[in-house]
Amino acid sequence: MIDFLISIVSLTIPAGTALLYGTLGEVYAERSGVLNLGVEGMMIMGAVTGFAVTTATGNALLGILAAAIIGVLMSLVHAFASVTLRVNQVVSGLALTMLGLGISGMMGKRFIGLPLAGRLTPLDIPVLSDLPILGPMFFRFNILVYFSILLVPLLWFILYKTHWGITLRSVGENPAAADAMGINVSLVRYLAVMFGGMLAGLGGAYLSVAYAPAWIEGMTAGAGWIVIALTIFSLWDPRRALLGAYLFGGVRVLQFFLQPLGISPNLLNMLPFLLTIVVLWMISEQAFRRRIGVPAALMQPYSREER
Amino acid sequence: MTDSSPTPPAVLMRGITKRFPGVLANDHIDLEVRQGEIHALLGENGAGKTTLMNILYGIYHPDEGSIEIYGRPVSIHSPHDAIKLGIGMIHQQFRLVQTHTVVENVILGMGKGFVFREKEASEKIRELSARYNLKVDPDAYIWQLSAGEQQRVEILKALYRGAQILILDEPTSMLTPGEIEDLLKTLHRMTEEGHTILFITHKLDEVTAISHRVTILRQGRVIATLETSQTNERELARLMVGREVLFRLSKEQIQPGEVMLQVENLQALNDKGLFALKGISFTIRQGEIFGIAGVAGNGQRELVEALIGLRPVQAGRVFLQKDEITHDSPRARIEKGLACVPSERLTALVPSMSVAENMVLKSYRQPAFGRGILLDRTTVRSYSQRLIEQYAVITPSCDTLVKLLSGGNIQRALLARELSSQPRLLIAATPTAGLDVGATETIWQILLEQRRQGRAILLISEDLEEVMTLSDRVAVLFSGEIMGIVRSEAQNLEKIGLMMAGAFRLPQEEWV
Ligand SMILES: Nc1ncnc2c1ncn2[C@@H]1O[C@H](COP(=O)(O)OP(=O)(O)O)[C@@H](O)[C@H]1O
Ligand SMILES: [Mg+2]
Repeated sequence: MIDFLISIVSLTIPAGTALLYGTLGEVYAERSGVLNLGVEGMMIMGAVTGFAVTTATGNALLGILAAAIIGVLMSLVHAFASVTLRVNQVVSGLALTMLGLGISGMMGKRFIGLPLAGRLTPLDIPVLSDLPILGPMFFRFNILVYFSILLVPLLWFILYKTHWGITLRSVGENPAAADAMGINVSLVRYLAVMFGGMLAGLGGAYLSVAYAPAWIEGMTAGAGWIVIALTIFSLWDPRRALLGAYLFGGVRVLQFFLQPLGISPNLLNMLPFLLTIVVLWMISEQAFRRRIGVPAALMQPYSREER
Repeated sequence: MTDSSPTPPAVLMRGITKRFPGVLANDHIDLEVRQGEIHALLGENGAGKTTLMNILYGIYHPDEGSIEIYGRPVSIHSPHDAIKLGIGMIHQQFRLVQTHTVVENVILGMGKGFVFREKEASEKIRELSARYNLKVDPDAYIWQLSAGEQQRVEILKALYRGAQILILDEPTSMLTPGEIEDLLKTLHRMTEEGHTILFITHKLDEVTAISHRVTILRQGRVIATLETSQTNERELARLMVGREVLFRLSKEQIQPGEVMLQVENLQALNDKGLFALKGISFTIRQGEIFGIAGVAGNGQRELVEALIGLRPVQAGRVFLQKDEITHDSPRARIEKGLACVPSERLTALVPSMSVAENMVLKSYRQPAFGRGILLDRTTVRSYSQRLIEQYAVITPSCDTLVKLLSGGNIQRALLARELSSQPRLLIAATPTAGLDVGATETIWQILLEQRRQGRAILLISEDLEEVMTLSDRVAVLFSGEIMGIVRSEAQNLEKIGLMMAGAFRLPQEEWV
């Protein structure tokens, strides 16, 4: 029984880590008022880039860095479209996802089925990893897992207890108010979206360089869409993002246990898309928006001269 | 510094011009504001006051013109620049983050260091508010505050940034009479400390009450700048409107007839799921205008929506004459004789359809307008033509799209449609908001004429002058409750003001 618990927990946390990265990033982007439906695209590009660069250099950390950069670059496209050009954020984000899925498919052809030299290996924390029960449960992950967990309190603190956080939240709630106080609304939104892109890229690299580790076309398999849903279920709070990510990580793990019982994995695979539909409906419904505290300016482009 | 005068003006704007698509909002405007004065900017809606001040605050960029602050030529590209020059602006629609606390709003963009030290900041805010008599709890959330308190937060924001020149855009429009008095005191206090104040308004009595000088704008141009002590309300009115204005409307005595609307203990929720109407009761008779006064956001919107069937009623009953309509659909209510001119008038019309089509929007199902399942265009047009003439709607033709009409004409067209069905009750919610003096006058005349013909009218307005001018009886709505119902007579004005602020409740047996 204990063994079962250990294996569930020690499988769930790694399974939820990519989701956690993506969600933390999207929380920040949406807090600034920009919905980025391109998470799936940025993640898959992070995955393929991470794999490619790690293969080429034999250094996983370089691969991860490259994935983060790709995430930022891709998110810039969305930031430019939605902040500067002020086009519909849903359309621009969807385009980004299509783009990412397409390009990664092409880029990744040569990597399919290749083993990864230099994968990210678990980093047993001295002393702690030798603890009975807790050791194998919590202290034998790779560095990206630990880093994602550290990010949670850090991002929570920045969001609620620092001037940056107040500025970020103000821009997402009432850009006109922030603007009137001399804040550069566009700059804040660009930075938030880019930060989101960086974490999405990291999440993708985590999948291909550490979790799998391999390149499989479309390997994110809707993780980016779950991120969109999780962002809303987290109510834009990094702490709840952790909870949600591990919950879904747990669902993924359960899938392995359920499949032998004859429950189709297709049911679970549908989940992200169903959730996304529900969630998009929720944030479009005025009355609901107010009740759950959606950043009031989410999806609304800001222009100083417009009334 | 210019060497020509020892104390240069605080603000000097020269030849400011600003065009928006289709409008010349500011036409070569010159404005000089002296240090330490309260300078009123007077003009009707649409005169270009807000545009001019937004230019000074860096929100709009002028197409032409130059600005000097304390004699130094400057170019202001953003609010950030304006703040650095010591300019603060309190917009008519407050620019506050509703879900944040007062402190968070005040320090926004001003915080020193990385970590937000809440205690230090709220201490500094307490000092400022004591010094200028701007009472507000630094730790409260904005959404918990009344309009008056929110305005104080806005002023604190400007002072916290060290603003020396303060712009207030129609600062009294959301305040109760008592709050207005406090605001004026604060402004005087600020000029004593050397601040310069630009006060935008379209109310004449405010100009004479507090300003040292006044600049009058009309249709984007400066008409005059006068010493307030050397002018009077009559002259100001003439300059502002461009013609003599009649301030008197005749409201003759009418014997109210039978009860047309009866509301009993009405309760409804707002969008957040909290009670916005906490048991409201009143009746309206034939030939009576019943006014609901109160500061916006005290349940007015929910009341209108509950009455027209757009918001579920939690408890209580509503009768139209003898028919209960508490849970009827909006359409059933219309058919039973309920008409409504909502505060957002464009939501009651289809802006991209013609005047004629809009005129029959509620009645096109009647056999008279149809040929089988098709509309009979000729009948529709001749019918609308009659309404257009009767209500003096100025439009090139009845095929003109509604969105191309001016605000006053849209409102007249809407009233024409709503009244054409001879409703048992007309609800008019802020019927003249955003209209100029001339258009307001004609809307008021239409409503009074309806009263003369025996119509029952529910008037909901934040404009106390409007409520007092038109209504027979006035109920004051505060925080979802009626604080009292009084006759609309000048001697009740003070009581009404107190009730609007929630500071006084008239005992039920004294309600009229
Ligand atoms: N952002 C804008 N876009 C288009 N037209 C505008 C804008 N702001 C103001 N206007 C127009 O400019 C004119 C002046 O408006 P405004 O300065 O708001 O007047 P006031 O404050 O005196 O009521 C009006 O005709 C208004 O419709
Ligand atoms: Mg204005």
